[in-house]
Amino acid sequence: MAEMVKKATRESYGEALKELADQYPQMVVLDADLAEATKTILFKKAYPDRFIDCGIAECDMVGVAAGLATCGKIPFATSFAMFSAGRAFEQVRNSVGYPKLNVKIAGSHAGISVGEDGATHQCNEDIALMRTIPGMVVLNPSDHYEMKAAVKAAVEHYGPVYIRLGRLAVESFNNGDDYKFELGKGITLKDGKDITIIATGLMVSRALEAVKALAEQGIDARLINIHTIKPIDREIIVKAAQETGKIITVEEHSVIGGLGEAVCSVLAEEYPTPVMKLGVNDVYGHSGPAVDLLDEFGLSARHIAEAVKKFLNK
Amino acid sequence: MNNTEKKELRILACKVRRGVVEGVYHAKSGHPGGSLSAADIFTYLYFKEMRVDPKNPKDENRDRFVLSKGHCAPGLYAALALKGYFPEEELKKLRHIGAMLQGHPDMKGTPGVDMSSGSLGQGISAACGMAIAGKMDKKDYRVYALLGDGELEEGQVWEAAMFAAHHKLDNLCVIVDSNGLQIDGPVAEVGGPEPIDEKFRSFGFDVQVIDGHDFDAIEAAFAHANTVKGKPGVIIAKTIKGKGVSYMENQVGWHGKAPNDEQYAAAMQELNTALSGLEAE
Repeated sequence: MAEMVKKATRESYGEALKELADQYPQMVVLDADLAEATKTILFKKAYPDRFIDCGIAECDMVGVAAGLATCGKIPFATSFAMFSAGRAFEQVRNSVGYPKLNVKIAGSHAGISVGEDGATHQCNEDIALMRTIPGMVVLNPSDHYEMKAAVKAAVEHYGPVYIRLGRLAVESFNNGDDYKFELGKGITLKDGKDITIIATGLMVSRALEAVKALAEQGIDARLINIHTIKPIDREIIVKAAQETGKIITVEEHSVIGGLGEAVCSVLAEEYPTPVMKLGVNDVYGHSGPAVDLLDEFGLSARHIAEAVKKFLNK
Repeated sequence: MNNTEKKELRILACKVRRGVVEGVYHAKSGHPGGSLSAADIFTYLYFKEMRVDPKNPKDENRDRFVLSKGHCAPGLYAALALKGYFPEEELKKLRHIGAMLQGHPDMKGTPGVDMSSGSLGQGISAACGMAIAGKMDKKDYRVYALLGDGELEEGQVWEAAMFAAHHKLDNLCVIVDSNGLQIDGPVAEVGGPEPIDEKFRSFGFDVQVIDGHDFDAIEAAFAHANTVKGKPGVIIAKTIKGKGVSYMENQVGWHGKAPNDEQYAAAMQELNTALSGLEAE
């Protein structure tokens, strides 16, 4: 087992960019005055000639990335999710998505775990926005090893990709030695027959804790990690519904338009199943330490375990 | 430029204008006004200025063109067809279901279109990306972006302008089709982007203001822009919206409207007469 590391996925993203740079000379990295925070600085220091600081101008950054892609580059346009996916949504849709350009959009500091910066910077809508763009691949990796593999997969996939990055350090649980990232494939982290928890991003490690606690109480919950929200792994979701009968989705994102609704959409079409959605319930976040906020918004392991028991009437 | 060359360009520009009217008439919608005002620019770029080959539209060393004011696609399409990128017959299918020519430029489906555009303000950023890619790869191609004067009301234009100057993109040439009109009325009354020249100058551009219908002036402006080092260039082309079809000239209403049967016949007759006159010169 590879060593456990406690790192924010933004850090893993920055490391991955740097490590892949030699193998993929077409890679270029763009940032909008947030290189220290998004960790693109790791790439910038190693490859200054392939790094473009666009200044505080995210809409222009996305357009510049599109132009670079038409010339054969693989640009990673990086900012906070609020700005790369939020502010520049229309540029991503029209200048990247519509022409199907090979641009990777990264959204860091996603979700309420931004913490102290508060509501204006806590983007709980990025997955919903990016999912609606035809042809866009949406990735939300859960730990250090998964993020590094996801960035490589994004480079190797020709076409637009959105990658969600977190600010909060998270303990790794995937085994870096044999971890395999397959775009569009969910991962069953624990089998189970009573209920299925489908989690994404930061919430996967928390759901893992919840599943362990539930096991001690005699509840056999399955846990699926969905790192690719689009295209979503329909098969793994339908199979879980057929075999466990109930689904709980967990995401650090609005319950509107995110993982929960993506799962509901699959099940409504293929195998109608009761679903409980845990996430940010159509409200803004606010300032505070990240871990406390996650607790306040019902996104800790304890809340997940309680929700499972409630859903099972136990 | 000698008189023969100038005559050829004027003939080609007249044919581009015919293509615009054909396209918009058959589409029963579209934007003739700005397509006609920029017809001489399209003509000069594709037949004199740019290093392009319609037989090899993806050549990585080609000059690039981005129609940031994407709604003037009929003008671009007419120039591309005339240049030989695709048959002129396609113009009559503009905006039809299943047609190659979309209402706004689509790089995926149309040979010669270097960037999809249409949402104003975005094309200039993509042009900056192409220009900086050229710098990174030490290629000598140039990038041209055509903007409308109304389009300058979009904030992204100025983000891109700041970017272009900051990164010393002297391989980028911005052209503003300054026809003075936008959908809701005269540009000066609706949004007020003037003084355009002073704005670009303060953003660090080499600025030229020319008569956008005078091929001598157009030639001189591009020739100068090609020599400027260390900063991007902008050519502010003063034009007449609807130029070449007299009833459309300087009329706000012809920004985005198709001619009916009688208007189409009148426009074609006027352009054909002009063409015969030029050919007889």
